[in-house]
Amino acid sequence: MIPGSPQRADLLQKAVKGRSLWDDARRRLLGNKAAVAGMVVLALMVLLAALGPFLVPFHYDTVTKADVWAAPGVGGHLLGADSLGRDLLARLIAGLGVSLLIGVVATSVSLLIGVLWGAIAGYVGGRVDEVMMRIVDTLYSLPFIFFVILLMVTFGRNIFLIFLAIGAVEWLTMSRIVRGQTLSLKQKEFVEAARAAGLSGRQIILKHIVPNLLGPVVVYVTLTIPAIIIAESFLSFLGLGVQPPMASLGTLIANGAQDMEIAPWLLIFPSLTMIITLMAFNFIGDGLRDALDPKDR
Amino acid sequence: MLRFLFRRLLVAIPTLFLVITVAFFMMRAAPGSPFVNERQLSPQIEQAVMARFGMDKPLHEQYVNYLAGVAKGDFGPSLKYRDKSVLDILKENYMVSLILGGVSILLASVVGMSLGVIAALRQNRIADYVTMGVAILGVCIPTFVTAPLLVLVFASKLQWLPTAGWNGGAVANLILPITVLALPQIAIISRLTRAGMIEVLRSNYIRTARAKGLPEHVIVRKHALRAAILPLVSYLGPAAAGLLTGSLVVEKIFNLPGLGKFFVISALQRDYTVVMGMVIVYALLILLLNLIADMIYAALDPRVRLS
Repeated sequence: MIPGSPQRADLLQKAVKGRSLWDDARRRLLGNKAAVAGMVVLALMVLLAALGPFLVPFHYDTVTKADVWAAPGVGGHLLGADSLGRDLLARLIAGLGVSLLIGVVATSVSLLIGVLWGAIAGYVGGRVDEVMMRIVDTLYSLPFIFFVILLMVTFGRNIFLIFLAIGAVEWLTMSRIVRGQTLSLKQKEFVEAARAAGLSGRQIILKHIVPNLLGPVVVYVTLTIPAIIIAESFLSFLGLGVQPPMASLGTLIANGAQDMEIAPWLLIFPSLTMIITLMAFNFIGDGLRDALDPKDR
Repeated sequence: MLRFLFRRLLVAIPTLFLVITVAFFMMRAAPGSPFVNERQLSPQIEQAVMARFGMDKPLHEQYVNYLAGVAKGDFGPSLKYRDKSVLDILKENYMVSLILGGVSILLASVVGMSLGVIAALRQNRIADYVTMGVAILGVCIPTFVTAPLLVLVFASKLQWLPTAGWNGGAVANLILPITVLALPQIAIISRLTRAGMIEVLRSNYIRTARAKGLPEHVIVRKHALRAAILPLVSYLGPAAAGLLTGSLVVEKIFNLPGLGKFFVISALQRDYTVVMGMVIVYALLILLLNLIADMIYAALDPRVRLS
């Protein structure tokens, strides 16, 4: 073939148009009905949490004596009202927002710590790796609730510190996954090339290792967010989470459980919202795993 | 085998030591004191109480004393409950957690594995879709949602079962809490078993077994299951530790006197010695159950050598 001939240009163009790993993954993900449904539901949930407060004619904290224990549909309360006559729909929307926010922020914290910790341990290796992973093992052997209570009494019951506290505990698994991946990436030629080009360890970790960890990390993140929403709710259930009058899905379920004999809707609607949200995340996570890791199917 | 056990126990000691150290200093770094009550104690009395528990000494000295005690199996007295040692409190509460956790993990293993195997054998057919659909629900619905809903239906409305209480461990009182604890585990175990089973059923040695003309149930029970439950074995260790040390939510909702509930109360009251005792029990259980899991793993998979 003559260099520069039209045929070769044609071939080159075809080669350029080849599908990348991410194109492939996107195609597989969009072909997965459950994952697409999960994404649609989640998008609706986010929209509801963001715009809902402007659409519902009640504020989540307005106490109305006349509406105490209003059943769904009574007095303009679409989902009923609670023991103080507060509109359940307004509280549900506010709580959904808080829970989603906690999920995202705490996951970001755990992502940051976990990825850096795991990547450094895996890349540096040797004694450093051993010490860092022994620390992870030790923290693993302590009960989750132990950390949370201690962080809570140390920093007070501030909602942002709850984010941080949960995130600071949830990074352990992430760091283990990332370390394992880093150990295998370290052997690859492109890392060797980067080292030969004279890049520092810091540059190699941040520019070459971390971007290539994306696949497993993305999958784990979609599974961490629901885990954190559950953890927050669990704390709220024990009275350690979001403080009144603020609401989260967990506090709503906890309060609903107390009042379920009188007003079962207070338990049922928040529980349904929680279940639907968690299922959406799980479907997306499963879909992403199938899309990014085809051998697992 | 014995050498493996010995070595693993030896490695566990530094981990346990680290856990105790981290927990001890974290507890003490947190503000608050076990002797702050509604009633303000006068400084003299507070001094006397502190001295009685050896808490007037410098922190590092207290730490060394505590470690020496633990090494001898003495976890110290409770700071909140008069005349009770930490061991007394653990003894009084562990039975409830042990029964709840033990029964629910056994139940979950049996039911979960059966469902997983059925789903794998009927892959992409109705039985598979139904089982896995229910399993996803089980994974997604947290215990603090299932517990009140089940109480609402079976205790309040139908009145078949009591709403709460331990009642000396009566079976009727145990049904709901155990169900609540077992459901999410059944879901996870059935998913793990299904995934493992599907992979194993595709492998060469199963094809060989089929070619030999073995009946399907022999292939499943004697050949496939053994390899298929390997991932399950590594999952069950930590899961069992979590369940055995008590599930806070279930104990709270059903008002059961278990370890989990006690742990939270003690941590909030800064009953340092009781919290430390529970942390040690939890860490020991995790180490022990992981060790057992590794041994079962090796027994199931002849390629793994314990050394």
